[in-house]
Amino acid sequence: METTKQKPERIITPGPAGFHPPSAAQLGVMLPDPGQGLMYGLLEPHEENVIEEMARVMLTSPNATLFPGPMVLWAWNDHAVEKAKALLEIAAQIPNVMIIPMPDYRPKYPKIDPEEVINPNHPNLTIWGNKIEACIFIGVHCHYANLTLKMIRAGTNCCTMAICAEQGHEDAMLTIRDSDTAKLKLVAKVFKRVREQMGLKLPDNGENVRFTGTQSKVYGGKTHTNPLDFMPNSTGVAGAAAFGHNAEQMKREA
Amino acid sequence: MSESLEAEVKTNPQGDPITSVAAPKVEAKKDPHAEAKKQTVVSPEYLFLEAPRKREFITGSEAAKEAVRRSNVDFAVAYPITPQSETMQLIGVLYGEGYVKEYYRGEEEYGVMSSIAGASRAGVRCYTATAGPGTLRGIEPIASWPGHRLPAVCMFTCRVVNAPLAIQPDNIEISYLLNCGMIVFHAENQQDMYDFTMKAFIISEKNDVTLPVGVCCDGFFVTHARGYVHMQDRSMKLPPREAWRGAVPVLDAENPPARLSRDAPVQKSNFMAYNIHAVWQQEVWAAVERSRKYINQYMGGLLSAENMENADAVIIASGSAAAQSREAARLCADKGIKVGLIKVRSLRPFPTDELRKLCKDAKLIVIPEFNYVGWLAREVATAIYGHSKAKIIAGPHVYGGQSMPVELILDEVESGLTGKKSTNVPLSAIMGADVNQADVTHFMQNI
Repeated sequence: METTKQKPERIITPGPAGFHPPSAAQLGVMLPDPGQGLMYGLLEPHEENVIEEMARVMLTSPNATLFPGPMVLWAWNDHAVEKAKALLEIAAQIPNVMIIPMPDYRPKYPKIDPEEVINPNHPNLTIWGNKIEACIFIGVHCHYANLTLKMIRAGTNCCTMAICAEQGHEDAMLTIRDSDTAKLKLVAKVFKRVREQMGLKLPDNGENVRFTGTQSKVYGGKTHTNPLDFMPNSTGVAGAAAFGHNAEQMKREA
Repeated sequence: MSESLEAEVKTNPQGDPITSVAAPKVEAKKDPHAEAKKQTVVSPEYLFLEAPRKREFITGSEAAKEAVRRSNVDFAVAYPITPQSETMQLIGVLYGEGYVKEYYRGEEEYGVMSSIAGASRAGVRCYTATAGPGTLRGIEPIASWPGHRLPAVCMFTCRVVNAPLAIQPDNIEISYLLNCGMIVFHAENQQDMYDFTMKAFIISEKNDVTLPVGVCCDGFFVTHARGYVHMQDRSMKLPPREAWRGAVPVLDAENPPARLSRDAPVQKSNFMAYNIHAVWQQEVWAAVERSRKYINQYMGGLLSAENMENADAVIIASGSAAAQSREAARLCADKGIKVGLIKVRSLRPFPTDELRKLCKDAKLIVIPEFNYVGWLAREVATAIYGHSKAKIIAGPHVYGGQSMPVELILDEVESGLTGKKSTNVPLSAIMGADVNQADVTHFMQNI
C-alpha cells in the first residue's frame, strides 16, 4: 500500500463523496500496522504525524465535535473510566468543541434529535443538523464506527477521524490504532502542542466545550462548560447522562 | 418369588464365600475430561508455524475432529443427516472427553445454523458441519451470519444438492456460499482440512474481520478417505475467543447498550433504512477484504503456485480437483509439456491480484472442477479479464459424484495447446482465443 510520501494524492477525503460511493476497502485502502496511521487513505508510517493533522483539522474546522461511543460513555470497568477521563482531557484542548454522545447503536425512530445524540444508522443527520465539519470518534465498536464513517463520507463535508482501540478505520480520513488510555493522553498532549503552536488560546475559566441546544437546556441555559468538571468516577457518574442522554430516555426508546 | 429376592452369595473359584477373601479393589473413577484439562494454551503463531508435528494416517473427518480438539471450541451443534460425514459424531466424542464445552443435536439444519448464530452472538467459539441438501436447508441463517458479524467455523463436506437425491461428492453447493459475505476456504485433502479449520477460528475472530468462515471440502474424497496429516501434540490448544474484542458487542441481556445494539435497525421503509443496509453490506465485504492479510500470515497465501516458471500451460484448481491436477501436471511433464499448477485455497476473499500476476504471460489456462456450472472458471475469468491473453478452458467438469480421471485434464491441456477439438469441454466453455496456434502446433510436433 502506498504511503503519504510515495503518493501525495489523497484517496479518502471529506465528501460528499456521492450517493453511494465505494468503501475505502474497495478502493484498496488497508488498515495500518501498529505504530502507523492512515492519513486520507494513505499509510502514514508515524502515527504522531496523523495525530498532529487531527489537531490541525479539529482546531480550524467549524463546529468540531467529539463523538464518544459506548465503550467510553459507560463505566463498564476501570479502563473505560480512565479512557473517558482521557477523552475529556482531549476535549479540554479544543476551543469551542462540542461533545455529542453515541450511547448505543439503536436507530432513533421516528425522529432523532441531532443535538442530543449521533447514531450509526443515520449519522449524517447529526452532522447536517449541527453543521459539523470535523469530528473524532472514540469508543465506538468497530462495525458501527465503520457504518457511521461510510455514511458521513458519502453524504456530508465533514472530515472524519477515528481514534480506535483496535486496528483503525480505513473509511475515516484520519485514523490511529491501539488507542489505550496512554495513547489518548498522548493525543491530548499533541493537541495542546499544536494548539499552542497555532497561537490559539483557551478561555480563562476553562469553559471551552460548547453545549448543543439540548445540552444547554439541561444545564439551565449555559452555553459553555469546562470538560474537566465532568470527570467520571468508577461508579459511572457523568458518562452519557452528562451530555443530556440518560437511562430514562433509553428506556423510553426501547 | 421371595427366593429370587434373597441376596445372592457369590463364590470365588474355590467355592469359598467371596466375603472370606480380601475385598476387590475399587478403582478410582477415571475423569473422562482429565486429558482435556491438561491442555495448555499456546499462541496461534506458535501452534500454526512452529510447534513440532507428528504424522498420522486419518480420514478428513478425523482431521477435522483433531483440529477442533486443539481449537478450544466452546460450542458445537450437530445434525448428522445423511449425506453428512461422521465429523459431528466425532465432535460428540470430543464433548465426552471434555475438549468441547457444549454440544447437542439440533432438530434440523435451519435450527443448527440458528443455534450457531445465537451462540456466536453470546460470545463463544462455535463449530458445526453440514453437507449438500443440509447446506441449502440452512442457507438462510448461514447467509445472515456475516451481516450479524458472527465469527464461527462451519465445515461443508460438499455433496450433490440436485434431484435426484444422491450422496455423492459434487461441490456445486460452494457456488451458493460464495456470495453470502462469509470467508470460504476449499481444502484439497485431509491436511488442509486440519490446518484450515484451526486457522479459520483465528482469522474469523480477528476484530477487523469478525466474520464466519466456511471450510469446504469435496465430500467422501476427503471426509471418508484416509491421508497423511501432520499434527501438533494434542496437549496444546488455541487461546479462547476474546469476544470483547469483536467488531460488535456480544449479546448481553443485562446491559441495555449491548442489548439494543442488535435490535433490527432496518425495518422502516425510508431512504435511511435502505442506506444503512447498503452501507452494512459494504462493511461486510470490507471485512472480507481485511481477512487477506491474516490468510497470508497464517495460511501462506490465498493460493499456492507450483512449476509456474516457463510453463506452457497453467492448471487452476481448488479442492480435490487440485490433487487430480497435480497428477495431470506430472503426466504432462512425462510427455515434455511444462504445466504449472495454481491451487486456490481461499475462494472468499478471491486471489484476484495474485492470479493477475501469475497468469500475465500464460498461453493456456485449464480449470477442472467437480461441478456442472464451473463456478471457479467464472471467478478466474472475471479476475484476469484484461490482464491475460490466455485461452481459458472451463473444464473438464465431472459431477453427480463422478471421480475425475487425470487423463481428462491431460486431454484438455493437449487439445488446448494444439487446437484439437476437445471431446469433453464444449466450445461454449472456452474463453479467449489469442493463442498463436502455429507456435503451439510446432511445439507439440517437437515433443
